[in-house]
Amino acid sequence: MRIMLVDDSKTMRNIQKSVLTQLGYTELEEACDGQDALSKVGAFKPDLLLVDWNMPNMDGLSFVKAYRAQDKNTPIIMVTTEAEKARVIEAIKAGVNNYVVKPFTPDLLSQRIAETLSKAGIAA
Amino acid sequence: MEARFITPFIQSVQNVFSTMLQLPMQIGEPRVKAGKNTGYDVSGIIGMSGDVVGSVVLSFPDDAAKRVVALFAGEELGTDSPDFADAIGELVNMVAGGAKANFDGAKVSISCPSVVVGSGHLIANTSDVPVIEIPCMTDCGEVAIQIAIKTNANAPTQAASASA
Repeated sequence: MRIMLVDDSKTMRNIQKSVLTQLGYTELEEACDGQDALSKVGAFKPDLLLVDWNMPNMDGLSFVKAYRAQDKNTPIIMVTTEAEKARVIEAIKAGVNNYVVKPFTPDLLSQRIAETLSKAGIAA
Repeated sequence: MEARFITPFIQSVQNVFSTMLQLPMQIGEPRVKAGKNTGYDVSGIIGMSGDVVGSVVLSFPDDAAKRVVALFAGEELGTDSPDFADAIGELVNMVAGGAKANFDGAKVSISCPSVVVGSGHLIANTSDVPVIEIPCMTDCGEVAIQIAIKTNANAPTQAASASA
């Protein structure tokens, strides 16, 4: 299982890496914004992406739209401080499969990853 | 500044510190801040735009900032480390993001955060909005939220409601 973490905060990526490592996921790739992620998805071929919204250069929503133009199936979880209902709807319309609002507990992140993979028919 | 903006920040900062750091927080009495000197050593700053405009600052004394960052990042970091600024920035990002979600449906965007490190630094606000400071106490030390925001009468959403 290859998972890409897209967040401009290294601290947040480290927290997510720690949760994922404890869950047994070790094939992880990091990107610091949407542009960086777009340049890495082709080679890494993720099975799941965790994507922040507010990032410099290319934000998460723009990344999701660009990524969905080339890949309609790989599940994406938006992990963001954007908690308003309108934002969640906007993200889902753009192609996000699940949503985690920061701050989050490790349990919540684990739960959303399991839900997302299960719905996508991917074995965890 | 409208009082309805204060409670969302209190709830958000408590939520961020308890969820990400397992750090309970006692909230002091909000007060209008006099003068520009923060009296703190580390500040994370984030801007708001849209229906609400202005800035939010999360400030710490040096020791408290180092302890909070160690809890958040899982390692002790010096204030000159880029990772230290990253952690402070992400904290103020979560506080501002959580607060704006409770602004009664207002559409608000937040900027990428900036971090200032330096004893007795000045943060000058260009707006005419008074700065409300909320002092907070944790087991890591003191934290303060400084809020200088106001409703943007020129925002499309506000203009539409005014003309409706």
